[in-house]
Amino acid sequence: MADPPLHTTRVKLLTVIAEAVLEDRLIRDVKRLGARGFTRSAVTGEGSRGRRVGDVEGANVRLECLVSEEVAERILAELSASYFEHYAAVAFVEDVSVVRGEKYI
Amino acid sequence: MELLQTNLLTPVVLAFVLGAIAARVGSDLRLPDPIYATLSIYLVFAIGLKGGASLSQSSLSEVALPGVAALLLGCATPVWCYALLRRTADLSREDAAALAAHYGSISIVTFMAGIAYLDSIQVEYEGFVPAFAAMLEVPGIAVALFLARRGSGKSSREGLIETLTGRSIVLLTGGLVIGLLSGPEGVEKVSAFFIDPFQGVLALFLLEMGRVASSRLGDLRQSGAVLMAFAIIGPAFHGLLGVALGWLTGLSEGGSFALGILSASASYIAAPAAVRLSLPEANPSVYLTPVLAVTFPFNLTLGIPLFHTFARWFHG
Repeated sequence: MADPPLHTTRVKLLTVIAEAVLEDRLIRDVKRLGARGFTRSAVTGEGSRGRRVGDVEGANVRLECLVSEEVAERILAELSASYFEHYAAVAFVEDVSVVRGEKYI
Repeated sequence: MELLQTNLLTPVVLAFVLGAIAARVGSDLRLPDPIYATLSIYLVFAIGLKGGASLSQSSLSEVALPGVAALLLGCATPVWCYALLRRTADLSREDAAALAAHYGSISIVTFMAGIAYLDSIQVEYEGFVPAFAAMLEVPGIAVALFLARRGSGKSSREGLIETLTGRSIVLLTGGLVIGLLSGPEGVEKVSAFFIDPFQGVLALFLLEMGRVASSRLGDLRQSGAVLMAFAIIGPAFHGLLGVALGWLTGLSEGGSFALGILSASASYIAAPAAVRLSLPEANPSVYLTPVLAVTFPFNLTLGIPLFHTFARWFHG
């Protein structure tokens, strides 16, 4: 007998990559604006503000959260207002499907 | 000249040079980030322990006067740096304050290299001098952030909290307290790990610093002559002042030198983090390039023998 099909929900995967110095502030912001969890990782890379590879030169932090479309938009608006002008920061949103969608939205 | 040679031909300074050369020739040599972080924890904690143990043997009257002098110097340095840079270097308020924070604060690694130099030429110094590092690190940043933000209504609180809870201050003051409480006998038990290998670990750490400093050299052209001059004359003056204050407040030749190199050094870990959080308008390459590519190598190679020469003058 075949398993019943898995019930999945469409949510947004919001990814923020920014200067590591902003880590605490970003975590506070995404939680305040409605994210119910996040995954953080230390990453390195290069962009329009130069190479960011280490402690002195500046490392990056990558935050990923599964959120509703509304929360994703709220977070993007906050990032635009507070960080994009002066800090090295990138953010993007993707559509993803998850099981147990109620955990995230 | 002899002092210069003694300083340059130590493993610690030569490791820095090797790191710089390796980066110039495009070598893949670099310390992995977690190792770099571990070594910096080791170094700061070790110097704190050693200073604390020596502090437990010192009387308050010995420490108080040079301590107050260090504190005053920490508060005053950013004020004149800021005023001078605003007038001469055509910098924005934020950029000038950012530089003032870096030059007002200290580099514990530069200080360690100075102490390693004293050890190598067997000049005695007051072992409690690392306590002054803890006193000098914070006021410089606090005063500079205040200068940038006065009248603007914006807060620098987050940057200050970041400095006070940053790993260098927590480890240094924590190490000092642990050293103070456990005394020389207690620290003796961990000396095989924390004291004896210290210079070797410092050499390894400076290998990485050489790489970082030399990778900044390319940005020097954008910095301009005034900033470059400031990055050498500023620390030389601060070093002279530190040595003089050490002498005035009763420190020995070695102790005055140590306060001198501490005053001359410019922060590249605590200050950049605090400034980035509190003064985002300031341009990081304006403040990091002079500190890393000019002042740090200057202090390490020429500053150390220069300040020792100053200390010898003052002490006859």
